[in-house]
Amino acid sequence: MAEIRIEQLHKAFGDFVAVKDSSFTIDDGEFFVMLGPSGCGKTTTLRMIAGLELPTSGRILLDGEDVTFNRAAERDIAFVFQLFALYPHMNVRQNIGFPLKCEGVPRAEIRRRVEETAALLRIDHLLKKPVSGLAGGDRQRVALGRAIVRRPKAFLMDEPLGALDAEFRDLMCHELRQLHDRIGATSVYVTHDQLEAMSLADKIVVMNHGVVEQFGPPQEIYDNPATMFVADFIGSPSMNLMRFEGQAAEGAEAIAMNGATIAVPRVEESVPGGSLALGVRPEHIRLGEEGVLRGRVYGSEYLGTTQIVTLETDHGPIKARVSSQIPAREGETLGLSFITERLALFDAETGRAIKTAARREAAHG
Amino acid sequence: MAEVRLEGVTKRYGKNAVPAVENVSLTVPDGGFVVLLGPTGAGKTTTLRLVAGLEEAESGAVFIGGEDVTRVAPAARDVTFVFQQYSLYPHLSVYDNLAFPLRSPARRQSKAEIERRVTEVAELLRIPHKLKNKATQLSGGEMQRVAIGRALVREPAIYLMDEPLSSLDAKLRAELRLELKRIQQDLGATILYVTHDQVEAMTMASQIGVLSEGRLVQFGTPRDIYEDPDTLYVAERLGTPRINLLPADLLPGDVILPGTKQIGARTEHLKIDQQGGAGAPGRVVRIEHLGDQSHLHLEVSGHALTALVDAHTPIAPGAEVRLSLTRPLCFDDGGRRLRAVS
Repeated sequence: MAEIRIEQLHKAFGDFVAVKDSSFTIDDGEFFVMLGPSGCGKTTTLRMIAGLELPTSGRILLDGEDVTFNRAAERDIAFVFQLFALYPHMNVRQNIGFPLKCEGVPRAEIRRRVEETAALLRIDHLLKKPVSGLAGGDRQRVALGRAIVRRPKAFLMDEPLGALDAEFRDLMCHELRQLHDRIGATSVYVTHDQLEAMSLADKIVVMNHGVVEQFGPPQEIYDNPATMFVADFIGSPSMNLMRFEGQAAEGAEAIAMNGATIAVPRVEESVPGGSLALGVRPEHIRLGEEGVLRGRVYGSEYLGTTQIVTLETDHGPIKARVSSQIPAREGETLGLSFITERLALFDAETGRAIKTAARREAAHG
Repeated sequence: MAEVRLEGVTKRYGKNAVPAVENVSLTVPDGGFVVLLGPTGAGKTTTLRLVAGLEEAESGAVFIGGEDVTRVAPAARDVTFVFQQYSLYPHLSVYDNLAFPLRSPARRQSKAEIERRVTEVAELLRIPHKLKNKATQLSGGEMQRVAIGRALVREPAIYLMDEPLSSLDAKLRAELRLELKRIQQDLGATILYVTHDQVEAMTMASQIGVLSEGRLVQFGTPRDIYEDPDTLYVAERLGTPRINLLPADLLPGDVILPGTKQIGARTEHLKIDQQGGAGAPGRVVRIEHLGDQSHLHLEVSGHALTALVDAHTPIAPGAEVRLSLTRPLCFDDGGRRLRAVS
């Protein structure tokens, strides 16, 4: 079991900065997800934690011990790669037991631990099978088994579900989390899929261009995005961001946006006039006869109990998530109203969230 | 555009093989957007290829616009096909890629006519400013738009699309979903579309055809398929989180029909009471925060259940709740839906 602390971690490849002065802490036993688009530095960070890459500067502490320049083999960490490379000539038992055999663990001990691991993964009935004949999910489980069997201090996973199709990914996602809950080992997981991150994580760090944009529990990141990047990246559909020229004075409880007056949570910092953005999540919009804005229905997407209605407004296209019982016919004009206490304001020039009564300063890297 | 009809179509790959498509009858109405939904191997793509003429039906017939085309060559069928992978000509500009199908010697369209059509389609797909770009200088989303555009420049009886959005990332997929639907409505196009993505099926289709092991098991509007499935298999295809399948006597509830072996309970069929009250005792195992909503993972006498709750519901893991059912879906021991006789 382990706590992993990242302090001012920096990695440059020549002129290119892959990871820029990042700091965060992964608590013992936590399921921690590093999330961001491709090229954001998440995999590089993971590889530095694993010892596959050395940082330019900064420190990595594993249970308080500085392991920044320790070799990968000296870190007691298991790495699960995106493509589950199994030894094709070995059966399931031999594949799972291989890391122990390499360490010179006695035969009886290997046997016991392989069986224990297989039971944990619910693949004990497959131990004698060759890996070549296994279904995708079982191959994945064997790959996980090979990591678990060593009982490392932490598991590092780089998009382990990336190669699977959607229906199956949901299932494995769920299984992975259940497995984590059974073992309780610290897990660090890299993905670009925000939904996967939300559903798995105890804590998420959102990265972009090598910089930590925000770090915290999933719901907090969703509710209080620290930057416009996070607001847009998290959520499906993402937060509607309406840009406008205006100002937000300290104490203000409404803003003037292109002629419309919109009530907002009380502003708690003074922002000089300039480019601002009003952020509203699709599920915090109500559609009806009346509203602070008007929009023409561009299309609606049925999702069972809810639907997503896209409206064209003077402030750009806006997506609302409402009950599928509400009629929203294409071409119809509707009023939009917002749940005031859930609105967010951003300084569009820096992308930073403006402090309001609803969102105190969120953790920002 | 035209109506497309399949009548009792069967297709086997190899003489003694299990049929890939078995006795499928379905009608794609003129101007309809029919989505075939099912897991890998259900026969979706084969069905599409049978309409295109890329496969020949062993028995049964395919009609396009009322005409029997079962033995007609693909080129003579007046259909266009959009594949999963956007196969553009890398050495040609976007304009030339779009114009290519119209320049076919068999079509002999005038230059002015081609230009008119290409410009129109580019507007529709919002890529008019990219026409002069090389196809390789586009982003993934733009490339797939061009691939779709290349199908749209022609005005065939039907567009056939095989998972055209599956290679795109989530954001782009959501965007193109809405656009494709709009374009289909603006053009009054007839589309037969294959996917294993339930969100695509629900959001775009005028009708969904659910396939299982080569058979068409239900055909109806997305709302019909979601709210009124004929079988357990169909009920499992739509809805996030997946429908909970429970033994008939696990939870008390109203309208549980005689003969019920399994209950299908979506969130809207579950009553969760935190204050004690009536119902079977259950425990909250985990709360999955998805932002807009949360998935509540529950356990009731050894059975796992998932329900959807509001993101800010004040409930913690370990909490004891009472569960009961309201008008759930009832299935017999063959997985067939039982309906109340009204």
